[in-house]
Amino acid sequence: MSENKHEITDVVIIGGGAAGLSAGKITAKHGLSTVILERDSRMGGILNQCIHNGFGVHHFKEELTGPEYAERVYHEALAAGCAMYTGTTVMDVSGKRLKRVLCCSPEHGVREFNARAVVLAMGSRERNRGNIAIAGARPAGVFTAGTAQRLMNINGFVPGSEAVIIGSGDIGLIMARRLSWAGVKVNAVIEIMPYAAGLPRNIAQCLEDFDIPLHLSCQTLRINGRDRVESVDVAPLENGRVCLEKTFNISCDTILMSVGLIPENELSQKAGARLNPLTGGPVVDSRMMTSAEGVFACGNVLHIHDLVDYVSSEAEMVAEKIRLFLGGDVKAPEIKTVPGGNIRYVIPGGFEPGTDSTFYMRPLAVMDKARMNIYQDGRLIYDHPVKYVKPAEMLKVHLSPDFDDALPSGGDLKFSLKAE
Amino acid sequence: MEEQRICILCPAGCHLKISGGKDDFKVEGNRCPRGAQYAYDEIHDPRRTVTAVAMTDAHCSCCCPVKSDSPVPKAMINELLELIYASEVKLPVRCGQIMIENFNNTNINVIFTRTINSTKELMS
Repeated sequence: MSENKHEITDVVIIGGGAAGLSAGKITAKHGLSTVILERDSRMGGILNQCIHNGFGVHHFKEELTGPEYAERVYHEALAAGCAMYTGTTVMDVSGKRLKRVLCCSPEHGVREFNARAVVLAMGSRERNRGNIAIAGARPAGVFTAGTAQRLMNINGFVPGSEAVIIGSGDIGLIMARRLSWAGVKVNAVIEIMPYAAGLPRNIAQCLEDFDIPLHLSCQTLRINGRDRVESVDVAPLENGRVCLEKTFNISCDTILMSVGLIPENELSQKAGARLNPLTGGPVVDSRMMTSAEGVFACGNVLHIHDLVDYVSSEAEMVAEKIRLFLGGDVKAPEIKTVPGGNIRYVIPGGFEPGTDSTFYMRPLAVMDKARMNIYQDGRLIYDHPVKYVKPAEMLKVHLSPDFDDALPSGGDLKFSLKAE
Repeated sequence: MEEQRICILCPAGCHLKISGGKDDFKVEGNRCPRGAQYAYDEIHDPRRTVTAVAMTDAHCSCCCPVKSDSPVPKAMINELLELIYASEVKLPVRCGQIMIENFNNTNINVIFTRTINSTKELMS
């Protein structure tokens, strides 16, 4: 087994992407011994393949590409003193107070770390063809948008010559531009909802710049082709009904699917963390701790983020909470947080009065001008204007330590959006 | 003249209504002053930051990500891409290092956005 079997690490972080590196940077800065375990051959996670710009505007006050952001946060974590292991797959997390993290790598074999705290930062996986059940043949040429992105941006391959993108998530839109700039003709983007899933600016700069048609309220019925994709059959939806008689065919040799992300939580469950069906990630309390004591979570494993900047700030917050936890700081009784009007979920699931707290939430529907309200026992205790509300964008609420309008003995805090 | 544009400067994605000519140029729908400037530029000199990958001299399908260090006039983007695709990058490279200097006398440089020390690093 391992040479450091009896050594105890303060913090073991599973996943070396934006979340893991950002958390590790802060825990190590606080003098906590920190180990980051990364499955890939290189730190940085998905940022490495996101070669487009637009990252870091909030966090670094500068517009960076994904690899630049990754390199920056990697060097920060390294300078802070994190030990990092690449090519290392974590297989199990167990133990009650002292956590045992079992992992393996070609370099070190099977190895176990003993940790006082564990951070889940494994990110997410893409939903794929199976998740949205498209009928038809099984030819070559069907990719998830992220797989195509990796092939193009890490390996330098161009996956085809004419593409159709199913789903209008931001990764799909970014790939529409990437493909166009690589000489691939993108014939269409198909979206089942009546509105685009991605940000309007990506519709503008990734589709409109290249005259790529966006078919809203349309369902992909079949993928045709024997050895290689030849075309897709698409039908419009009218009043929730698929109009088969209006089915049309779009030719293509490549299909990219951008139909959402799912937090990757097999390990979280092994560690004993209960999952929240609304987010797909673990339930966390005011300290961002899962239902397994000493196991924390941040980044896309917790809930899907639209900006890496928010992943970093959330991860840094988790690192601060870990410092309190490991310092033996006793938590005050917390108040539960619950979603109200036009809010799908609130993270974290608890509020500890008198602490610096940030809440992340995802709205359900578009609103132009709105107010973010927090109610306790039917009493309005927080009221703040919001410029615009879009499901594609996460909302953030910050309560400073001197926010004292919530009664510690009172009921749940209900977060609601009200149209103005 | 009247045109609709979506501002791409931030995630808000304001829907801009642009009208008038050089003297009575008018923008509506922008939530901040940057939107007005964007609308003006978009009509008179539209530009985009270009990102791509350049192939390396490593004997494998391995590439290095690059970007233009400032937005490129739209009409020149394809020419710049051709230039990037035709180049072969000699390793090592450093993040921020210039790959193409002063493209077409525009003062725009293409820079590497990743540090790659060796071929071995790419193979792993």
